[in-house]
Amino acid sequence: MSEEFKIEIVNPEKSFLSKEDITEVVIPAFEGEMGILKDHISIISFLKPGIIKIYSKLGEDKYYVEDGIIEFKNNCLSILTSDIFDIKKIDKNFISESLLKAEKETQNKDISDQAKYLIDQKIEVLKSLSLN
Amino acid sequence: MASLDDLKKRISSVKSTQKITKAMKMVAAAKLRRAQESAEKGRPYSNKMNNIILNLSNGIADKENAPKLLIGSGENKTHLCVVLTSDRGLCGGFNSNIIKKAKSYFQKILNEGKTLKIITVGSKGYDQLKRVYKGNIIEKISFKESKNTNYFDADKVGKIIIDKFEKKEFDVCVIFYNQFKNVITQIPQKQQIIPLQASEKKEEFLSEDSYEFEPEEDEILSNLLPKNISTQIFKAMLENSASEQGSRMSAMDNATRNAGEMVDKLTIEYNRSRQAAITKELIEIISGAESL
Repeated sequence: MSEEFKIEIVNPEKSFLSKEDITEVVIPAFEGEMGILKDHISIISFLKPGIIKIYSKLGEDKYYVEDGIIEFKNNCLSILTSDIFDIKKIDKNFISESLLKAEKETQNKDISDQAKYLIDQKIEVLKSLSLN
Repeated sequence: MASLDDLKKRISSVKSTQKITKAMKMVAAAKLRRAQESAEKGRPYSNKMNNIILNLSNGIADKENAPKLLIGSGENKTHLCVVLTSDRGLCGGFNSNIIKKAKSYFQKILNEGKTLKIITVGSKGYDQLKRVYKGNIIEKISFKESKNTNYFDADKVGKIIIDKFEKKEFDVCVIFYNQFKNVITQIPQKQQIIPLQASEKKEEFLSEDSYEFEPEEDEILSNLLPKNISTQIFKAMLENSASEQGSRMSAMDNATRNAGEMVDKLTIEYNRSRQAAITKELIEIISGAESL
């Protein structure tokens, strides 16, 4: 049996990506990074800002997401997200802009712990991206 | 009978109107294709979202403490109606159909002695509703500037709704929009989004197998439900924009045809009166010659 499964990434405007030859996906789940292989148990979880790594026989693809929800069922991984960017094509200006925005948000004292955690994560990821 | 000159002017004015309606039809047709495409592309997202929520809410054991967005505030007093219409006119019965549907629902709510609050999205809806329900409209939103329907706009509307819900300004939220079936048929729809009503036909998607949740179900749900509101609004907006273009296209098609008929009629009248004038002149000349 092959060790491949299917992935579908959709955002509200269109179906972003659909592939059937995926061997492993690493997602930035809310409670930490999670690697998903074939025949994973059915799971629903949501994402924090981070990098989705998709491995296939042809190589590795990386995408930056800000939020989203994933569902894995019957060897089909669905990722619903409102914003997703291919790291290879991501605009440097966009990174620095969202970094500024996020840093401004941390100044805001009224945000909940959860929101703060998410923003901190975002800043961390954006910083690592801007270094590359 | 109108003079020849008048007829000539009318024919040319109808002809130029026909040119305009024809051009509008072309534009609407081109836009329709794009709107239809994006409506179709948007469907997987909202369907998947729906499935996940259904699966999740099925998995929730403790229904009492489920998030308020799912089960409602427990009361049924204040209804918030979000009426989605277009920003531009000249699209046949598109806006009136939504308004008609919405108005009959408003009447029902008011007759039951409940409080009615309205949010209008799109300026045409506001124009039509302000005459009767001015006091009930709490917010009017218009996206005239945005060229295409985008998720960002829908998210804005969704955030407003959630914000009002959290402030306990309403108990039930209903949205009105036109569902795109085909170019000539758009069906005005009423959809309740808070509390969430599971549509029966989706049941076939329900899976028996249990899910693992990370973090807990209710935490995922409370994170997901606000997103679902925006998604539903976005879906409605996409359907609406496809319907708007479809409706405009068929309205303009009719207008072009009517203008054509009118031009034909006027041309016949013009020719008749021209002939009559010529005959009259001939009679005058002949009778003048005879009298000599």
